[in-house]
Amino acid sequence: MTVASTTSRVEVDYAGGERLTMNMGPQHPSAHGVFRAVLTLEGETVVGVDAVIGYLHRCHEKLAETLTYAQYPSIASKTDYVAAMTSEFAYVMAAETIGKIEVPKRAQYLRVIVAELQRVASHLLWLGTWCMDMGGALGGGATIFLYTIRERELILDLFEALVGARLLYGFFQVGGVRYDLPAGWIDACRKTVDFIDGRIDEYERMLEDNPFFMARAQGVGVISRELAEDVGISGPLLRASGVPFDLRRAAPYSSYEDFEFTVPSETAGDCFARYRVRMVEFRQSMAIVRQALDRLPEGTISSRPGLKSVAQIRIPKGETYARVEGARGEVGCYLIADGSAKPYRMKWRGASFSNLAVLPLIIPGHKVADVVAIMGSVDPVFGEVDR
Amino acid sequence: MPAWLTPFIAGFLVLNAVILIVTYMTLLERKFAARMQSRIGPYRVGPHGLLQPIADAVKLMMKEDVVPTAADKPVYNLAPIVFLIPCMLIFATLPFAPGLGVADLNIGILFFLAVSSMEIVGLFMAGWGSNNKYALLSAMRAVNQVISYDLPFIFASLTPVLLAGSLQMSEIAAAQEGLWFVFYPVIGQLAFLAFIVSTVAAENRAPFDILEAESELVAGFRVEYSGMKFALIQFGEYAHILGASFLGALLFFGAWAGPGPEWLGPLWFLLKAMVVFLLVTWVRWSFVRIRVDQILALSWKALMPATLMLLVATAVVVVWRTDGV
Repeated sequence: MTVASTTSRVEVDYAGGERLTMNMGPQHPSAHGVFRAVLTLEGETVVGVDAVIGYLHRCHEKLAETLTYAQYPSIASKTDYVAAMTSEFAYVMAAETIGKIEVPKRAQYLRVIVAELQRVASHLLWLGTWCMDMGGALGGGATIFLYTIRERELILDLFEALVGARLLYGFFQVGGVRYDLPAGWIDACRKTVDFIDGRIDEYERMLEDNPFFMARAQGVGVISRELAEDVGISGPLLRASGVPFDLRRAAPYSSYEDFEFTVPSETAGDCFARYRVRMVEFRQSMAIVRQALDRLPEGTISSRPGLKSVAQIRIPKGETYARVEGARGEVGCYLIADGSAKPYRMKWRGASFSNLAVLPLIIPGHKVADVVAIMGSVDPVFGEVDR
Repeated sequence: MPAWLTPFIAGFLVLNAVILIVTYMTLLERKFAARMQSRIGPYRVGPHGLLQPIADAVKLMMKEDVVPTAADKPVYNLAPIVFLIPCMLIFATLPFAPGLGVADLNIGILFFLAVSSMEIVGLFMAGWGSNNKYALLSAMRAVNQVISYDLPFIFASLTPVLLAGSLQMSEIAAAQEGLWFVFYPVIGQLAFLAFIVSTVAAENRAPFDILEAESELVAGFRVEYSGMKFALIQFGEYAHILGASFLGALLFFGAWAGPGPEWLGPLWFLLKAMVVFLLVTWVRWSFVRIRVDQILALSWKALMPATLMLLVATAVVVVWRTDGV
């Protein structure tokens, strides 16, 4: 794909003033990785955006063809490294669907617990970095960032106790999960969840009672419902634009139908609505974790015997598309199996990648300062965009 | 010692004192911010990180001085100095105790305000001379913002001037014996509030730091500066904040007035200035940055009319109280 074909320039009323082309990224404090936005400016106002991606491409899909079903889940973590559990989830679900492999109830619940904790961790990081985009690393934004990163640390501690890793896990396995809960983990998890619940209230007060924050977030970067549906964005962005679509509710997987939770939805479609949706999701995710901990069934954690060799898992011929609701939206995995221990072809549908497509359509007309606020509110993770 | 030598010696002493205070002010801010963010702050260099500013200074001196090939070299090289001079010059009329200062001019406040707004020349030179688009945008924002906020800053500073009836700094300090102007009913508090807001904005501190806005413009007008040139700009900014903090302490907190012997006066003054500085720092580390159009709207639509009306109201009160109408 050439750079030109990714170009999408929207002209707003050209006042005839002198224009300035400014590169924002790929090396930029608010690039959220390596996003490059070529902005066309008229004074402070952005009149055009060229979004250029691909700086973090690591041939993930080709890599999947060379790794076995036992090996790849650990690598799948690296597509969306902020919510690593989600991509593992989608990959093993695809393999299980083709192979018609049952997953024990306990494993399903464990998957739900880690997926929801991962969502909380991911949203915490999003809140911090978004505020840092608006408030600067040398200002109030950094304060919120350090608060949220402190709470995210607690969830990473839980993951560390469970898996032994803090960022990239390899917890999911075709047929179940790799580890059972260590002793005392449930209590630690309950404590952490209660603690973070209280802290979320604090953030809400801190931000929503702050007129500067409201001035920056409200009415900025509005995505209308029509646009949201046309572009195909998903996750909190879609729900903030008035579409209460959540895969956990619309197409339940991994026993999500067992849990009670609400799907938050806002109609404004601006940065503040996206913030509100995520703030509610924090609480809903933690409610799901609590329910899952309460009702955690006994039993085995995998329907397959212990792993003796990496080529042990063979998936029969077939193809499928499996999707899960990640922290940023629909994470999909299209898998074609040919009966061997490795997939024939694999394709990722990254939520960030699809969500990013809306940026060039909503940024023009805003000020330079809003570009980073809008980009932050979309919450792209470039490992997932470029793969 | 010939009499003409005295101002030079006084100037030399004041400049060095300012350098020392500014150096440790950075540490104070870092420690304060760290506590706000539940961190510890610098701790490794010296006991409790007390030598950190020295280490930073040495590091900055040893950095390579990079000049962009496309820069307008004379402007680029001159900018840090042009920026620094007004920032240091504001200390010329500040008395640190009765009779202790470089020059206690009878238009001291006017001199302070006039010189302090000259920093914009250096800012714009840095932004323009760097030949960088981020720097250019930042310079544009700087001119917008500094002009918009110098007016409320001046109006807020003039309220104590009216109350004291003098532009001379020592007179203003003397007029606050008995009642510091910050405790003057209603007017004092409002003026102080306006003073703090416009100080934050005029010093380009967050949430009004749109010109260095590192999440949008990377580092704004100083994005191309490195080593000692960067240090000079940074130093100038902090010196300017220190000057404004001293001004706030002088205008609203009775300058050197405080319990204890008279020689403690300058220390009290410094302490009060640090209180003002920490107030500004507190604001800086709690708010997110606001947008350029919102900043201008806040100044021209709210702060300017408010401070102007406050000034008029103060004038009425002063006339009413002195004439006893």
